[in-house]
Amino acid sequence: MNSVCLGKDTALTLGRSQQLSVALMGVNLTMDACRRPGAAVCKLTCAELKLGIKDGLNACCYICIFSFTVNKFEVKCLISLFYNLVGDVTERQGVVVGLDRNAFRNILHVTFGMTDDMIMDRVFRGFDKDNDGCVSVSEWVYGLSVFLRGTLEEKMKYCFEVFDLNGDGFISKEEMVHMLKNSLLKQPSEEDPDEGIKDLVEITLKKMDHDHDGKLSFPDYEAAVREEALLLEAFGPCLPDPKSQKEFEAQVFKDPNEFGEV
Amino acid sequence: MGVALTRSAQWTAAGHGTRNLEITPLNEAILKEIIIFVESFIYKHPQEANYVFVEPLEWQTKLDPSAFGSGYAVSETTVKSEEVDKNGEPLLFLSVPQIKIRSFGQLSRLLFIAKNTKLKEAQACIEANRNPITKILGLDYNVINEINEDSTLLTILDKITKDEDPESETKVKIALLLKQLDLHLLNHSLRHISLEIRLNPRTVKNDIELLKKFSGKGEQTVLESIDYTSDYEFSNGCRAPPWRQMQGEICYVLVKPHDVEILCLTCSNEGVFLNGGKTDDEGEINYERKGEIYKDLVTLLKEKSAVFSENMSKQEVRFSEEQQKEKDQLNEVPKEEEAAALHKASNASHRSNLEKNQINLGKNQMTKRLEPSLNWKTTVDAKEKRRLQRDNLEEKRGGRLEKPRPSILPGRAQLIRRSIEKAEEVISESSSESEEDEEPPDHRQEANADLPSEYWQIQKLVKYLKGGNQTATVIALCSMKDFNLAQETCQLAIRDVGGLEVLINLLETDEVKCQIGSLKILKEISHNPQIRRNIVDLGGLPIMVNILDSPHKSLKCLAAETIANVAKFRRARQAVRRHGGITKLVALLDCGQNLPEPAYLSLYETRDVEVARCGALALWSCSKSYANKEAIRKAGGIPLLARLLKTSHQDMLIPVVGTLQECASEENYRAAIKAERIIENLVKNLNSENEQLQEHCAMAIYQCAEDEETRDLVRLHGGLKPLASLLNNTDNKERLAAVTGAIWKCSISKENVIKFREYKAIETLVGLLTDQPEEVLVNVVGALGECCQEHENRVIVRRCGGIQPLVNLLVGINQALLVNVTKAVGACAVEPESMMIIDRLDGVRLLWSLLKNPHADVKASAAWALCPCIQNAKDAGEMVRSFVGGLELVVNLLKSDNKEVLASVCAAITNIAKDEENLAVITDHGVVPLLSKLANTNNDKLRRHLAEAISRCCMWGRNRVAFGEHKAVAPLVRYLKSSDTNVHRATAQALYQLSENADNCITMHENGAVKLLLDMVGSPDQDLQEAAAGCISNIRRLALATEKARYT
Repeated sequence: MNSVCLGKDTALTLGRSQQLSVALMGVNLTMDACRRPGAAVCKLTCAELKLGIKDGLNACCYICIFSFTVNKFEVKCLISLFYNLVGDVTERQGVVVGLDRNAFRNILHVTFGMTDDMIMDRVFRGFDKDNDGCVSVSEWVYGLSVFLRGTLEEKMKYCFEVFDLNGDGFISKEEMVHMLKNSLLKQPSEEDPDEGIKDLVEITLKKMDHDHDGKLSFPDYEAAVREEALLLEAFGPCLPDPKSQKEFEAQVFKDPNEFGEV
Repeated sequence: MGVALTRSAQWTAAGHGTRNLEITPLNEAILKEIIIFVESFIYKHPQEANYVFVEPLEWQTKLDPSAFGSGYAVSETTVKSEEVDKNGEPLLFLSVPQIKIRSFGQLSRLLFIAKNTKLKEAQACIEANRNPITKILGLDYNVINEINEDSTLLTILDKITKDEDPESETKVKIALLLKQLDLHLLNHSLRHISLEIRLNPRTVKNDIELLKKFSGKGEQTVLESIDYTSDYEFSNGCRAPPWRQMQGEICYVLVKPHDVEILCLTCSNEGVFLNGGKTDDEGEINYERKGEIYKDLVTLLKEKSAVFSENMSKQEVRFSEEQQKEKDQLNEVPKEEEAAALHKASNASHRSNLEKNQINLGKNQMTKRLEPSLNWKTTVDAKEKRRLQRDNLEEKRGGRLEKPRPSILPGRAQLIRRSIEKAEEVISESSSESEEDEEPPDHRQEANADLPSEYWQIQKLVKYLKGGNQTATVIALCSMKDFNLAQETCQLAIRDVGGLEVLINLLETDEVKCQIGSLKILKEISHNPQIRRNIVDLGGLPIMVNILDSPHKSLKCLAAETIANVAKFRRARQAVRRHGGITKLVALLDCGQNLPEPAYLSLYETRDVEVARCGALALWSCSKSYANKEAIRKAGGIPLLARLLKTSHQDMLIPVVGTLQECASEENYRAAIKAERIIENLVKNLNSENEQLQEHCAMAIYQCAEDEETRDLVRLHGGLKPLASLLNNTDNKERLAAVTGAIWKCSISKENVIKFREYKAIETLVGLLTDQPEEVLVNVVGALGECCQEHENRVIVRRCGGIQPLVNLLVGINQALLVNVTKAVGACAVEPESMMIIDRLDGVRLLWSLLKNPHADVKASAAWALCPCIQNAKDAGEMVRSFVGGLELVVNLLKSDNKEVLASVCAAITNIAKDEENLAVITDHGVVPLLSKLANTNNDKLRRHLAEAISRCCMWGRNRVAFGEHKAVAPLVRYLKSSDTNVHRATAQALYQLSENADNCITMHENGAVKLLLDMVGSPDQDLQEAAAGCISNIRRLALATEKARYT
């Protein structure tokens, strides 16, 4: 089953809305998609569609499935993980379904080794699509599908959203300063401790601001990242680092059959 | 304790596999601390002591089962604890010698049982369990540790609140305890490190020199005398004999203080101590240590001699007094300086950390001169030094704000580097590479001398690299990459502002992004030879070699590509090999197996190809060393290269063929290349579009075609036609050189020459005799020389006007070219018509003058070429006589000690002696004694030509008698026992000539020539028959004559 687990390279790049319609139109379209590379997953998703109805999972999971990023088995694992985590939270707080900000930040910190409070906050907002202050199961699966199996495009979009603090579609100088403010060692010898940060922001703009308007638009950011992939997380780590991702996957996507044999 | 173990403990640099803890005071201290912790655990934390480890700690124990007492079920070879876990498994299980322990309680008990061998057990345990925390607490605890040390406490607290069950509570407690231990160990080791101070030859020398100045008779001096035991100083500044230098000893001094007896001291880099003193006989020193080690000479003497201590302090007082006098007397000044220095010497403990490093390096340099195999020591020390810096860097990345340690001054760093370099130059590697690039002068940009603006910008970026967290570092790296890194100013600027150190440090972090960014820059700037050296000096190669194991393909690629750039000089190649890089690089080749054709590749597979390509690229660079070629072969590189060669990824093929081409210089590679059917693919790729690929394929064929079978293979796979057609494109000189080289080697086989003639290659080759670089000419002429062994080709060469350019080339100076040209001219001279042209162009004179060439190869080749010239020239005798001093020159060449020269000169003499007048001249020059002297040789080629020369020279005057007088006859008889018929024939002819003289006949008879000659008479070779028979008849006739004389 794990053989279906696809790298980001082979994942199809359909727009989100497209995928939704695919999900609604059901089996016919998936058959159509079978002729494309990645056909193996499509077949699986047909089965999953039926299976899913039986299991009573909500539609959002199917979107993830149809985006060919996380496979059926992995979705299941993520969902069960979610309920495990939520279970812990609800016991203590009595709140219904969903991870609140603190619980989510805790997970980010423990599992994915993120440390920057502000970035973690932003990641939470990135996950919490409907802005209701807690990550629901669909938001969880969707977010993690980007985290773990996202294509470069998806990741760019996600990262840009994280870095665009006020959500105006641009990463401004002020936002950069805010995000980079802890990135340099303060040297007591320097008169202005923020001098370095400002300079760093200038360097970044010089590197990434292609239209020279003093702020980063998504096209600016996209062009810079395509040129140099290292700039994907230019203003702070907001994706899991490969090592913790691997460990997370090893832990979460354990094949129950394999496990039984051990 | 994980951190302390990985960072502070001194592991041996055994490379991969199990590493051992070195036996050093520091390690011992760490182990002791750990033992105390474990031993007291059972009392201090009885509850936690029962906690069952996630995985047992396992190691090979030296303990005997019998040592275990109550509480254990003991059998002959196994021991089980009565204490068991939930599942009934014993917490301690020993099956000699493997032991498994699963709780702290049992660990404590074991240490009690171990008693004296505690330390050994603890060491074995730590060595076998490199990551004890993971084993004890499970993976997730360790993960936390690695990701962010600072937040450990926080996460642990989180865990407490989250997990309710008692076990995780215990776990957390243990984790906290271990963390405490870790901190404790780190502090402890830090204290230890700061105590370590070592002496070096220079400081010792300074101390002694100073003390000498203050020694002598009188009350005021500090000592009566101080002297070295040995006057000889080694170039490393030591005076101890080399075998003692190995122990770190620097020199021995005899000190006579005022109040005590003569002290015989040993100064070693550990410190100064009393030795066994001079033994009476022969002034030998008893090297045994007889007293405590003091940190330096002054401290020891202060301890041993009260007067010294007193006067010493007086000197110091005087110094301070003098300071007050404000240097009013000029002649006082030097003395004052001395006192100042003395003052300094007594305060040796104030040495900076930095100096300490330097001292260590100095010591290594010293030991290394003596023992090349100790080479790895430098890397250990350098590593240590770096580790300090890296720790610092990592701390920063953890987000902690701390003042960075002052980085080493560039000047100092350079000094240290130099000393390493020097030391390493002493060790010569037995490698075949000859194209070693010259060590370029290490020029640095003058400070403030019109520095370009890039310099300042780069300096700023390096500052951010040093002082930034991961995010800032990545931004700085990306920005640095935008500079024109191909430009030397930028390359050197990065180095001069200390950027190289930081970039290399970044490679050691766990941050993949930082590693990638750093490698991207290193890859570019390592095109600069100076930077390459700097990278090696800073110990960059071992780190890059380690990165080759990374699971990230792009990281692997970058590391391999950088290695490919850096390993352009010998020391670097050596370093790659020593750190196991060759095996890893060969393993990279394995990634790109069974790949589809380029058009059908997925992105994923493209990256595999890239990995293999980079691996091959690095191997190509490395394969210029002989030892590396061997290492590649042993690592199983040839079959992998052969498989990659079958694919059609052009980018990859070039380094693959390049590597093969380098390696094909070795005999066993050529055999393997034949076995792996590589030739077929080389030939296939000759038809490729890519010029570089064609070049390397041709080059590989050139190397491989030394062997007859390979030459046939090239023909059978249709390789000759593409080679011939590539000759027509002369723009790319490198490729032309390679192609002509391949043609040369292939044309050694007759069948190939026929093919080349078919493809009209010979005409083209003649066309290439002019206006080509020497590398091409050597090969072209070599090929023509081979082709001209056949009549038809000689005619073609003459018809195409090839003789004139060939003769013109006789005036060159390139040794390889001259050897080939003389051979080609000689081959042409076989044809009388061609000979006329050569004669007209004065070619014989040119050939003759080459006999004066300093290179033996050229001399021999010229002499061989002269033979057909003399044979075929019209009026050869007159021509030879016309060369003033020529005959004398030839005769004198018989004094050479090169066999090939001698054989060729003998052949030339045979031809010269055909003319009577010339024979007379060379006889006057003493050819007979010289030839006779050569007679005792075992070389069949020389024997043959020598015998021919002797038989020719017999034709004049009393030469026959003279050969007998010079004892040439007896050795000649022995030639008949040789296995070579050519030797037989020539010898029989010579003996026949010599047998005209009665004395020679007697000698021959005495040496048993008759029986041997009788066998020769039965030979199918007519000349041999005839000569042998003639000789026998001469001997017989003499015998008859004697008998007749006796009876009448």
